Parts: sequence; C-alpha cells; structure tokens
Amino acid sequence: MAQFWQQVVSGLASGGIYASLALALVIVYRSSGVINFAQGEMATFATFLAWTFLHHGISFWPAFALTLAVAFAGGVALERVVIRPVEGRPVLTVVILTIGLLILINGATQWIWGGAVRKFPSPFSTRPIHVGSAAFSIQDIGIVGVCLVAVALLTLFFRFTKLGLGLRAAAVNPEESRLVGVRVGWMLALGWGLSAALGAVSGMMVAPVVFLDPNMMQGILLYAFAAAVLGGLESPVGAVVGGLALGVLLNLLGTYFSTFGGEMRLVGGLAVILAVLLIRPTGLFGRTAVRRV
Amino acid sequence: MSRRLALNTAGFVVAALVVAVLPRFISSYHALEWANVGIYFVALLGLNVLTGYSGQVSLGHGAFMAIGGYTSAILIAHHGVHDVWTIPLAGLVAGGAGLGFGLPALRLTGLYLALATFAVAVAFPALARKFERFTGGNAGLVLTLHTNDWLYYLSWSIAGAGLLLGWLVLATPIGRSFRALRDSEVAAISSGISPALYKTLAFGISSFYAGIAGSLVAISTAYVNPQTFPITLSLFLVVGLAVGGLGSLPGSVVGAILIQFLPTYAAHVSKQAPQVIEGAILVGVMLLLPGGAAGLFRLVQSSRQP
Amino acid sequence: MAPLLELEDVEARYGAIKALHGVSLAVGEGEVVALLGANGAGKTTTLRAVSGTVRRSGRISLVGHSLERRSPEAVARAGIAHVPEGRGTFAELSVRENLRLGAWTRRGRLHGEEERVLAYFPALAERIRQPAGTLSGGEQQMLALARALMARPRLLMLDEPSLGLAPLVVASIFAILRHLNEEEGLAVLLVEQNATLAFEAAATAYVLEVGHVALAGPADDLRADESVRRSYLGY
Repeated sequence: MAQFWQQVVSGLASGGIYASLALALVIVYRSSGVINFAQGEMATFATFLAWTFLHHGISFWPAFALTLAVAFAGGVALERVVIRPVEGRPVLTVVILTIGLLILINGATQWIWGGAVRKFPSPFSTRPIHVGSAAFSIQDIGIVGVCLVAVALLTLFFRFTKLGLGLRAAAVNPEESRLVGVRVGWMLALGWGLSAALGAVSGMMVAPVVFLDPNMMQGILLYAFAAAVLGGLESPVGAVVGGLALGVLLNLLGTYFSTFGGEMRLVGGLAVILAVLLIRPTGLFGRTAVRRV
Repeated sequence: MSRRLALNTAGFVVAALVVAVLPRFISSYHALEWANVGIYFVALLGLNVLTGYSGQVSLGHGAFMAIGGYTSAILIAHHGVHDVWTIPLAGLVAGGAGLGFGLPALRLTGLYLALATFAVAVAFPALARKFERFTGGNAGLVLTLHTNDWLYYLSWSIAGAGLLLGWLVLATPIGRSFRALRDSEVAAISSGISPALYKTLAFGISSFYAGIAGSLVAISTAYVNPQTFPITLSLFLVVGLAVGGLGSLPGSVVGAILIQFLPTYAAHVSKQAPQVIEGAILVGVMLLLPGGAAGLFRLVQSSRQP
Repeated sequence: MAPLLELEDVEARYGAIKALHGVSLAVGEGEVVALLGANGAGKTTTLRAVSGTVRRSGRISLVGHSLERRSPEAVARAGIAHVPEGRGTFAELSVRENLRLGAWTRRGRLHGEEERVLAYFPALAERIRQPAGTLSGGEQQMLALARALMARPRLLMLDEPSLGLAPLVVASIFAILRHLNEEEGLAVLLVEQNATLAFEAAATAYVLEVGHVALAGPADDLRADESVRRSYLGY
C-alpha cells in the first residue's frame, strides 16, 4: 500500500510537469488556433538559459524568475515575428512552420551549448519525508507545488485581471474583441509569452530528474500532447487535470505491469492519444465542435 | 499530345538519361549519396500523395518507412530471402499498415492527425526496442553489403517506376478525387466522392511508397536498428516536401536533394549548423513561399505569360 | 456646426466584390440617423466601413479626425461603439465580464459604471453572473447595447437591433435608445430593416440602394415620400 501512494505522489510530480507543458499548448491553441510543435524545444532552450544563469553564480530562484522573464519575452517576439504573418493561412502551412521552429530551436540549442548531458540542480532536497511506512521525496512534492502555483497564478490572471479577460475574449471571438478596442494581435502575443514561460517552468522542473540535454523535452512533449488531448484541447482545466491524471496513470501502469516500464511509457502516451482521439476527440472537458456545412 | 504532356515526357526522358549516366562521372562515395537521394525521393512521392494531393498531414511517415525497413530486414536476416524480393513485400506490409491506420485516421482532421502521427513517430523506436525477438532490439539486424553503383541503379530505377506509377494514378479519376477532397471536402462529398474510401486509399498508397523507401534504406545501409528511423526523419521528410512543393511530384526531387545534401554541406560551417539551417529554411519557405520550389516555378511561369 | 461623423464618397469591397460605390452621409452631435434599404443594399457594409472591419477607401472622419487608416481597435478607442448584426456577445463569458470588456478602452477606475448602465437594463442585473450565451435573444441584444454604453461612446452604431426579437422587447430597447439620446445626447447611427421603427427613432434618414445613397433627408420628409412608403413602409 505504501508503494501505491509513493507511486501516486511521484506520478503527480511527473503529471505536474506534463500539465504545465500541456497548459502551455492549450493557451496557444485557444488563442491562435495553432498546435505549437516547438513548445518542447522552446522549453529546453529556456532551461539551458537557466543553466547558464546558474553557471554564472546566480542562485536558483532568481535564475528561475529571470528565465521566466526571458522566456516570456521570447514567446511574445516569436508570435509577432514568425506566427503573425501566417495568420489565416492553411493549417498545413502553420503546422510545418512550427515543425520548422522545432528543428531550428533544437539545432540552435545544440549549437550553442553542445549535445553533452548536464546536471541541473534542484531547488528541493532529495531527502525523503516519511509518512507511516511510505517515503515521499521532497523533490516530488516540490515539483507538484511549483507547477500548481504556476497554474494557480495563471488562473487568477485569466479570471481577475483586465488583460486576462482581454486574452480570453480575443481567443473566443477576435472580431468582436476588436470592436470593443482589444488589440487582438498583442493578446495573442501575450498568450505565446505566457505559454513560453509555462514551458520554461516545466523544463526547469524536469531537468534535475532526467538531466539536461537538447532532446530532453521530446518525450515530455508527447505526454503533454496526450494530456492536452485527454483533457480537451480547448480546456485549460482539462490540460491540468489530464496532465496530473496521465502522470499518475503511467506511473501506476509502469509499476504494476512491467511491460509498461521504462521506454514503453512513450507507447502508453501514444495509446492514450489514439484512444482519446478515436473514442472522444473532444476530450474529457472539451465541447463538441459543431461542423457547419 | 498536349503541350504539357510533351514537356513532362521530354523532361522525364532527359532526367532519366542524366540519372543513367551520372555514376560514370562521379566517385563511388557520391554514387551512394545520390542513391540516398533516390530513396528520399521515393518516400517523398508517397508523402506528396498523402499530404500534397489528399490534404492529410502526416508527421510520422518515418514510422511507415521503419515498417518497410524492418520487414525487409527480418525477411533477409531471419529467413534468408534475397534482398531485392523483399522490396515489394516491404511496400505491401507498410501499405497494409497504412490502410489500417488510414481507416481510423479518417476521424482525425488537420491538427489532430498531425498530432497523432507525430506521436506514432516518437513512440515507434520504443516499440522496435520492445519486440526484440523480431527486431533484434537495440543491436538491430545486419544485412548483406552491395556496391554503391548497384544501390544507385536500384534506388533510381525504383524511383523512376514510382514516379511513373504516381503520375499514372494521379491522372486517373482517383487523382482527381484526391484533389477534390483536398480543396474542399464538403464540395467533394456533395459530388459523390466518398472521403472514407479515397483518404484511406491515399494513406495506403503513401505508406506503400514509404515502405519501399524504408526497405531501400535497410538494404543500402545493410543494417537496421531502432535509431535508423528516428522522429527527425519524419520531420525532415516534411521539410523536403514543403521545400519541394506540395502537389508537385518532380518538385520532390528538389526536396530529396535538400534532405541528403544540406547536412553534408552545412556541416562545413559547424556540426550543428545543418539543423539550424534546415529549420530556418523551413520557416522561411513557409513564411515567404508556401508553395515551395514548385510554387516558385509556377510563379516564374505565370509571370512570363502576357 | 461640424458633424460628429462624416462619410464622403466611401467605397468598400469584400475581396473582389465592391459593396459600396461612393456613400456620403453625416451624423451630427446628439443626432439619431437611420440607414434604410433592402437586403444587400450596403447598410451593414457602411457600418463596417466606419469601424474598419472591411476594406474601404474614401473620407471618413470623426469630429474632423480621419478614421480611414485606423484599425477597428483604434476606431473603438476614438469613441465609436459598433454593435453588429447578431448581437456579437461573448457567449462563454458572463454578463459582468461582457460589460467589463465593453469598458476596455476606458482608462482609470470605473466607479459605478456597471450600476449606471444596469439601471437601464434591470433584467441583466439579475443575470450578472450567467454566461451570456444562456440569455434570451432580447436579453443578449440588451447586453450588447449595455456593453457598448460601458465605453461611454460618442457615437453608437447599431445594426438591426430589432432582428428576431418580440415586439415588446423591441419597444423597450427603442425606448431606452430614445432616453439615451434625449438625456445623454448620445448620437446614434441606426441600421434598421423595420422602417416604421427607424422613422420614429431618427431625425435624419438615408436610403441605400445597391451601394449608394438613393435618398436622404429629414425623417419626416422621407416618411411621407411616395416611393419610400411603397417600398419600405408597405402602404
């Protein structure tokens, strides 16, 4: 029984990481209508930046905050420069564009920092906490905490601030939003900035666990897709719930059914994506889209 | 004979002649490089049918190449089949897998399909590692070697046959149905074209080509392991497709050349430069020239008209 | 006195199709102007030309300031509130959030703004937390109007406010419009298919036909005009 709860907690930690990246994907999808295949690479790049800040002697949380700021700015710039020109172009063009960004950013990361695997420090100690006969890692709890705080802050932003309202309006109804004076273009850029920052959170939380290398987030991106699809691509709540659920599910599966251990987790993620898309494409929290003929 | 058909035929004959004589003038090493161009060309032909002509995005074509490649490898290594005979078999197995995937994939549109195929490509190497008994796991399977010239002629004769076959299929009502579906699914349905049939068929055809290309990869490298067909292969295929031009079969040659040679030449700048340049090219092409090389060609053609 | 809004030889197109072939009109301060015409005459397009949501050329100015090159967001900031055909409320957002969005261009705190506007629409006050999509057609029209008022616009542009609504609801909406115009001096450019309502509400009227102005003048004169009576008033 103790092992069950240990796996649940560590599953929540992985889940928190998937949820952060999934939420980033959903924010971009809701506002720009684009699935940003480069979201994982952007997160990796940001994490490498964090590594550089740490390497220069800045302590963890200031480096964390600085990285978030830089990632945010990068996301805004990316939307304005690369995504805005292709607004309204066919789906395929934009998909290929974000694939191009994936390739480009991954290449840039390798170019600047090289392909060697690095250690990334964790702000949380790896000592375990004992509750009854179970041992929980402080790091796991810390990861869940950070991810939940990030999500909570974003929720507050969306629900209670003027900008958050503007972003939500621009996402559901850009034409109407313009008529009330919302600068829709900048709202979209804001969405990309927030997503980039969220991705950076995800990257900085996972790097201590899987070690930092340029391909670090490729698998995570797969799980983030699975989480977003599971929750419903249009639903921020769904992305978070989907991510946490997926993390726990994959962990438990891996523990109790050895076929699903290790690398087969990827296949598990794939199975979730395919199953959801085939059975209930709108996900758990999504709305069924009406196809107007 | 219409002017267009005459031009195309003339172009094909000239190209065929060039291809036939090229190995005389280049080194054996370069012959291998050009053999690879032929292999990528075959894969791109298939991807073009799927994405360029029937409008379905696939980011996982490498997985179908892998199916073809592993089919050949398993037949050769475990069952001693002569390599060339495995090529059509690999195509059929991959084509079957494509039909099998294409049917449920009907429910997925645009972004969702891209997402699903991306996931397949990312997860595939894990599957290859898992089924060690067949695939040789991480160690892979070792096959027989051939001369580079032989590989060159093998891949280009198949490429040529593939091109002709592709042209043929697209010239029939099947091709028209593909295009109709791509341009407007709703209109196509009201004209009586069954999207289910044609979209699944497109998947089958394109993975048939991919399987053959994968088989050629296996034969030419004489070795197959899970790393032979990574996610980056699928992505580079998309790059080649976009740069060569969606909906242009000859344009795929340009794409294939890009995929093969860009890494080599950009590596002179730095080891990682090729990827940055590929990514930048892809982004640039999508921003400025969504039609790719073929689009540029059409642009030039139309500007010449009075 | 210089007009509040002035259009001179305005043309507009949807892609290759030209919808307005040189429309000229003016709305004075505190004036209610009606735009009439058959379907496809260009009434909606005229409003869109002002708010910048369609490609247009020609002179458009608000109190002398040119609007021709401005984006829709900038036109809204200049003080023009456009309530489009079909209400255009944000269905997923609550009534309160819709209202807050209406005040987007206002700087500073909004003391009592919500109360001020809701005073005109008590039905909305009851539903303040509900998603706008769950409101009835009439309530959504009121919400669209309320949202426009939150911006304290200089000019209100309404496109077919009576469309699809029950007569009683329509009557109350027009009563509110009249009150706003008389008490607060709000200028209104009104597109209405219901000519009777339009003539009652407006001081000046323009009749559009196939993208240009066919008739213009004081509402009372136009109402008495023989051809107008036959084509638009039905008698």
